Amino acid sequence: MKKLVILAAAAVFALAGQAVAQEKVRIATEGAYAPWNYKDSAGNLVGFELDLAKDLCKRMSAECTVVEQAWDGIIPALQAGKYDAIMAGMSITAKRKKVISFSRAYAATPAKFVVLKSSPNASFKTMESDIDLAEVSDAEKASVSELVAKFKGKKIGVQVATTHENFLNEYLGKDVTILTYKTQEQLDLDLQAGRVDAALASMSYWAPLLKGDKGKDMVAVGPNLTGGPFGAGVGVGIRQADGKLVDMFSKAINESIADGTVKKLAIMHFGFDASVKK
Amino acid sequence: MDFELMIESWPKLFAAIPVTLSLAASSISIGFIVAIGVSLLRLSKNRLLSNVAYFFVYLFRSTPLLVQIFLIYYGSGQFKDFFESIGLWVFFREAWFCAILSLTLNTGAYTSEIIRGGIQSVPFGQIEAAKAVGMSKGLLFRRITFPIAIRQALPAYGNEIILMVKSTSLASTITILDITGIAQKIISATWSPVEIFIIAGAIYLTINFLITRIVQWLEIWLSPQLFRDRKSWWKSLRENGQQAAEVQQEFR
Repeated sequence: MKKLVILAAAAVFALAGQAVAQEKVRIATEGAYAPWNYKDSAGNLVGFELDLAKDLCKRMSAECTVVEQAWDGIIPALQAGKYDAIMAGMSITAKRKKVISFSRAYAATPAKFVVLKSSPNASFKTMESDIDLAEVSDAEKASVSELVAKFKGKKIGVQVATTHENFLNEYLGKDVTILTYKTQEQLDLDLQAGRVDAALASMSYWAPLLKGDKGKDMVAVGPNLTGGPFGAGVGVGIRQADGKLVDMFSKAINESIADGTVKKLAIMHFGFDASVKK
Repeated sequence: MDFELMIESWPKLFAAIPVTLSLAASSISIGFIVAIGVSLLRLSKNRLLSNVAYFFVYLFRSTPLLVQIFLIYYGSGQFKDFFESIGLWVFFREAWFCAILSLTLNTGAYTSEIIRGGIQSVPFGQIEAAKAVGMSKGLLFRRITFPIAIRQALPAYGNEIILMVKSTSLASTITILDITGIAQKIISATWSPVEIFIIAGAIYLTINFLITRIVQWLEIWLSPQLFRDRKSWWKSLRENGQQAAEVQQEFR
């Protein structure tokens, strides 16, 4: 009898184990933020995060589906339960943390301004080339003032609902006109058309663009901006109630960083190692 | 539901009302002038002019306004050199100009059909009578055809005005901060679309409520005979009918 009970229990555990193995995770991405996530000419979702998602799902032994969701509704739709996780180049910030949870960071890239090569600011540099807004030194503070003075009265474009928009509102809001765009691609078009004087986005986005044909008239200027409003790197956004899923993703990311997979994928897509070690 | 956020956001959305109203007012008024021209071309006996007008109407009625706005704004940006060479880039550079241009052309196309319907519904007897008293073509249009046509077209045109007020929200897609643009900006910072869109919706509702009242008042003012006390109107109709029947009997 005892044996039978043990056998039955074992069977139940085995079944439960199988149920975990088949956990279904729906991941949302934007599909318009190359090289993080974008669409190839056939309309398939591709990019760093799509490849990373495949790797993480294998490590979590989860069955993943990736859905496309416009950026400006990506957090509300997560909370409405349309999907379970966001992998869309979303930086971990204090403000977002009030609303959703994040896994540990899997990548981090600095923000940078881009102008047209024909612009008078095309060779603009600050004294400090790297500014960490989390803890600002006096030299860095002077460089921020330099930045503000340079762009005073100009039109600066940025994608809506991004950490970059928060930075502009906080640091340059009084001195420049901020134009917000639904997608980064629309902003690029207006930068090329000269409707904005400068555009702010992540270097991970600019690097491949500037190398390509689309960016042949553009140049990155000013300092590399990190920390503060830009947050602590990019992580997986998850509903606050799904603590288990947060742990699953963080564990998978730890493994993936430890064995160099994230680094490999980052070099493949960004051209530099954007993985976060700690 | 975050009521505190709603109270906090209300003034910011309220401040964007002038933007929405000026987008609507300028495109509706310029569009009305465009529409009169197009409807006259459409009714012209010259087949070429009539076909050109029809093509314009067909083009703008059969494509989504969002597509038109994007094509005019981002499309003109792609052909910057061309627009610069003909000296029009100073206009196309501004999102405002592109928004008003596309809204104007769109409402111009719709309104021209409304006016055309109105003109064609003018009873021929009225035109004949005007010709009989020797009115010139221009005077006939100004004094007889146009006023009657506008009366006929007013209910449909009221619809178009309301549609236009709502359509201005699409200008938010090309960086203009109208009510919808501000709403989206707040939502992007707070991730509370329901609260903010409820307020934005209520503002549009109020604007359009006022517009429907004004249009209704215009209708009564222009065609008072249609709005007399219905009961006595029916009664007089019945009595007249009876009389007519009696007259008919007598003649039999």
